[in-house]
Amino acid sequence: MRPFTYERPADVRSAVAAAAGRPDAAYLGGGTNLVDLMRLGVATPRTLVDVTRISSRAIEETGGGLLIGAGVRNGDLAADPLVRRAQPLLARAVLEGASGQIRNMATVAGNLLQRTRCPYFQDVTKPCNKRLPGSGCPARTGDHRNLAILGHSEHCVATHPSDMAVALAALDALVHVEGPGGARTVPMPGLHRLPGDEPDRDTVLAPGELITAVEVPHLPFAARSRYRKVRDRASFAFAVVSVAAALDVAGGVVRDCRIALGGVAHAPWRAEAAEAALRGAAATPEEFARAADAELARSSPLPRNAFKAPLLRNVLVRTLTDLAEPAGFAESEPVETP
Amino acid sequence: MNGETDITGADGVPDPVTADLRLSVNGVPRPVTVDTRETLLDTLREHLGLTGAKKGCDHGQCGACTVLVDGRRALSCLTLTVTADDVEIVTVEGLADGDALHPLQAAFIENDALQCGYCTPGQLCSAAGALAEAADGWPSAVTPDLSAPPRLDETEIRERMSGNLCRCGAYPGIVAAVGQVAR
Amino acid sequence: MKTEARPSVGAALERVEGVEKVTGRARYAYENFPDELAYAVPVQATVARGTVLAADVDAVVRLPGVIAAVWHGNAPRLAPADNAELAVLQSDRVSYRGQYVAVVVAETLQCAREAARLLRIDYDAEPHDVELRADHPEMYRPDRVNAGYPADTELGDPDAALAAAPVLVDATYRTPAEHNNPMEPHATVAVWSGDGLTLHDSTQGVSALRETIAPLFGMPPENVRVISPHVGGGFGSKGAALPPVVLAALAAKHAGRPVKLAVTRQQMFAVTGYRTPTIQRVRLGADTGGRLTAIVHEAFEQSSRLREFAEQTTTPTRVMYAAPDRRTAHRLVRLDVPTPAWMRAPGEAPGMFALESAMDELAVACGIDPVELRIRNEPAAEPESGLPFSSRNLVACLREGARRFGWAGRDPTPAARTRGRMLVGTGVAASTYPVYRRPSRASARCDPDDRFTVRIAAADIGTGARTILTQVAADALRVTPDRVRVEVGDTALPAASLAGGSAGTASWGTAVVRACEALLEELDRRGGDVPAEGLEATADTAEEVGEQPEYARHAFGAQFAEVGVDLDTGEARVLRLLGVFAAGRIVNPVTARSQFVGGMTMGMSMALLEESVMDHEFGDYLNHDLAQYHVPTAMDLPDVQAYWIEEDDPHLNPLGAKGIGEIGIVGTAAAVANAVHHATGVRVRDLPIRLDKLVR
Repeated sequence: MRPFTYERPADVRSAVAAAAGRPDAAYLGGGTNLVDLMRLGVATPRTLVDVTRISSRAIEETGGGLLIGAGVRNGDLAADPLVRRAQPLLARAVLEGASGQIRNMATVAGNLLQRTRCPYFQDVTKPCNKRLPGSGCPARTGDHRNLAILGHSEHCVATHPSDMAVALAALDALVHVEGPGGARTVPMPGLHRLPGDEPDRDTVLAPGELITAVEVPHLPFAARSRYRKVRDRASFAFAVVSVAAALDVAGGVVRDCRIALGGVAHAPWRAEAAEAALRGAAATPEEFARAADAELARSSPLPRNAFKAPLLRNVLVRTLTDLAEPAGFAESEPVETP
Repeated sequence: MNGETDITGADGVPDPVTADLRLSVNGVPRPVTVDTRETLLDTLREHLGLTGAKKGCDHGQCGACTVLVDGRRALSCLTLTVTADDVEIVTVEGLADGDALHPLQAAFIENDALQCGYCTPGQLCSAAGALAEAADGWPSAVTPDLSAPPRLDETEIRERMSGNLCRCGAYPGIVAAVGQVAR
Repeated sequence: MKTEARPSVGAALERVEGVEKVTGRARYAYENFPDELAYAVPVQATVARGTVLAADVDAVVRLPGVIAAVWHGNAPRLAPADNAELAVLQSDRVSYRGQYVAVVVAETLQCAREAARLLRIDYDAEPHDVELRADHPEMYRPDRVNAGYPADTELGDPDAALAAAPVLVDATYRTPAEHNNPMEPHATVAVWSGDGLTLHDSTQGVSALRETIAPLFGMPPENVRVISPHVGGGFGSKGAALPPVVLAALAAKHAGRPVKLAVTRQQMFAVTGYRTPTIQRVRLGADTGGRLTAIVHEAFEQSSRLREFAEQTTTPTRVMYAAPDRRTAHRLVRLDVPTPAWMRAPGEAPGMFALESAMDELAVACGIDPVELRIRNEPAAEPESGLPFSSRNLVACLREGARRFGWAGRDPTPAARTRGRMLVGTGVAASTYPVYRRPSRASARCDPDDRFTVRIAAADIGTGARTILTQVAADALRVTPDRVRVEVGDTALPAASLAGGSAGTASWGTAVVRACEALLEELDRRGGDVPAEGLEATADTAEEVGEQPEYARHAFGAQFAEVGVDLDTGEARVLRLLGVFAAGRIVNPVTARSQFVGGMTMGMSMALLEESVMDHEFGDYLNHDLAQYHVPTAMDLPDVQAYWIEEDDPHLNPLGAKGIGEIGIVGTAAAVANAVHHATGVRVRDLPIRLDKLVR
């Protein structure tokens, strides 16, 4: 780990000022990914600006939804009565992520900004366009079993590892940002980029911008939602794929829906094609399959992750079918996984 | 890559940065001077003589380094010591009350919830934290109803303890021990 | 002074070091702090094959806090080693990616790590070959395989018998490379004083380590002391000396300071051994009643350029089932890969996955219940050697397991049962593991306060050795165990065999019994008087162990698995795992159960989770951490039960005990794979059984 200075600014404005114009400064939240990457030599900041004491840890009800402070720990977020009641999909996604210890440390902002777990990105002895632009992407021809099938580029096939972000992408969350240029909000999805020819940029945030809060708008059919995570190990493992879905069905017809996918792209993937195919369609497994196929038509699996396409189709159809069951489904129903 | 930084250049290698802190560990003030790069795990083990917390992976992937920070379980391998000067830290050495074992410690022995013992301190701190979380009504991924207080059955304990790996496979004993104390 | 006590062997004595372990007081290797301590951090090769041209050690020793940087250009010379892996920093050759090529010593761990990161090393890289293929042109037959077995065996005319067999199973199975991954990474604190060396090391055998290390540094063994009271798991990977301990001693010598060196979890995937990947072809010929007429089992494996390690993958097939015509064979190829080594039940674990999967395929082909099929092929004597079994209770295990598991009435139809959104199935497989015993020494001492101390340089790597030796000694001394203290893990104690081959209880137990008997004799001679300075007796079992009558000595077991496979995702989870074992006398039911269950858990993990992925482009194991290499969490095996049957075997050792540390992992993967077939109709012949092999 490269030596660094440690700063603990008094408020958000001073934090932003402390990081402004210093590309080798990094904001420190829970540290669960940054400290890990520093030890791997992937991140080599010369200054850490600790924002944990100045980031809001409040969760408030606003007129239109919930405002979640950037410093709220994942554990507190999932346990919060407001979140559990109003946004169960978000609580569920957070609970599926990592471990109890990590959830107690990781912050909302840090969770959003965590970096890919692509094995090549994490190994500084190997090329990686995300880590060292222009060095190449060995994952394309190497082991990409766990990597992207949607929206990847010749330069990068990484996936975004967060569960929480998948739920937030489905829920049209707004990310509040403070930066050298002032405050702004960035909609989810949209915070995270696709790799294109700049895979080193995970998000649209400008250097020095600091996430201060995440706003989750009220969703009338939030109770009819589910986060289904598929993984190799029964717990404490990143998603092979995941689906965050909420469904509004009336009279056997899909009135509205929200679908986002995890483990398949450089960003949490809002399934816009599937949503478009579903709105107004009959709430039947056949229509759900058609919607899944509409989304998968945009996919381009690689040789070792081709299985993700049928897997995703199955999970999407199953999740939507369960959600569509007339009156039979409430969020509280146990999710049957072996 | 290894050696890719020019270490002969003027700004190649900064000097280590140190900080003087006062930690509070197991209720005792512990003044230390630390390198900013140092993790709480290394400070505990290498400077404070508290070798109970273990280094199994150093990347937050095994749970062996789990300690309690302000009563909540946390990974000391991913905590920079310099950030921990205003919190109360409890390690496995601080669980027992003098010579009287913590109920979890006694239950671990009684249920043979350990073999090599290397994950055990982390399991114990994690279990203490998990019981506190459950007492505070926190749900887990296997909690059937988010709106009701969780009932700590075996599956709940397994899921809540899943951040602590045990390669010896002492899980049946661990789950039984935690369950015994939870009741 | 003698006291009669109830037998301690067989009692559920609590783990004697339990309090130390739950309070954090148990001290592991890295937790030693000699004066003037410095930190050593190794540097690994970033090419898979080639030469080191230069290492800019001069630049890093100028960095803050750095004491020394060592590479082959300035390393202390070692005496030639039989095992080329141990010739650490002795040449410019790189034989695998991740091999240690340098080490940095600094005042703090942070400074050492940073300097190691910055050390510039130039290589002349050569093309590498890291891919195991059965048709690799450099495949050869090793002279012998691990544990000294012949590479090939043949009886009768297996090819003709296969050609004539009414029922034939011919299948190829693959097991991946797997890494032991004990929770405690390998670690050493090395302290030189004068011409003596003290090593606090995480090892399965202090005596063996001393015998290996001392000559490397040109010293007699007595100049080396190895101390290892607590070991955070090993599973074979801490059995033999490895590069890290040599590097620590070498770095300390070069730096003139005591150093501590811990292998990182990532480095463990290169320098601390692993189970070779295997490709196994099994051919079974049988009559329509399922009676085997021919068995052929061939294994293809890899080793490194540095050292031949040939895993004994097909050896269990020499033991398991009767058939007149049979052949087993091992072929090995040396690649530019890290050196494989022991991992829990080397040979038996991968070999029995193949054999016991093939037996399940035969059961399906013949329409015979797989429990019954195994019973039908039970041999009267060891099939290849013709030796009588000292005891063999596989059939009893199968029957008892079937009863406890609720096997009766099982519908063999595959893919015919669902529970919720899961396909559910059950499977069975047999387990076996040889009974080994090795010479050891021990001492037993009585003090005037009537307390006893038993000393033996054994290892307790979590097996419960310290506890069961306390019980064994208590019975031999005819006292209660609370009056006996057992000291292990130090070369200052009488030399003992290492913890491996499930031979600890048999080997150390024999030595402890003999030492205690000698002490009692001496006490008798003195009319029970204990002199003020105490009384001590020693034993050496070399002669006794060398004179064993010829028997085929093996433990057996049967494992039953129930799995659920998610209909949509293909996620397979073991819902229930039940094993019944016949392993001689069980010294302590509590620690024994933990050993069986631990082995079964690792076997479940072998079935569903574990795979070290070779990166063909770069030549290393890619998924080199615990987030990517999955070992089970508490969620992965909700119900695991181990039982044993009473087995009175007079041909083993004074305890009548067989080893139990490894048999639990043997056969488990096949039981799970067979259950997956029963659940889904899909026969997965390459481990692990992950969802991509099942999703449709």
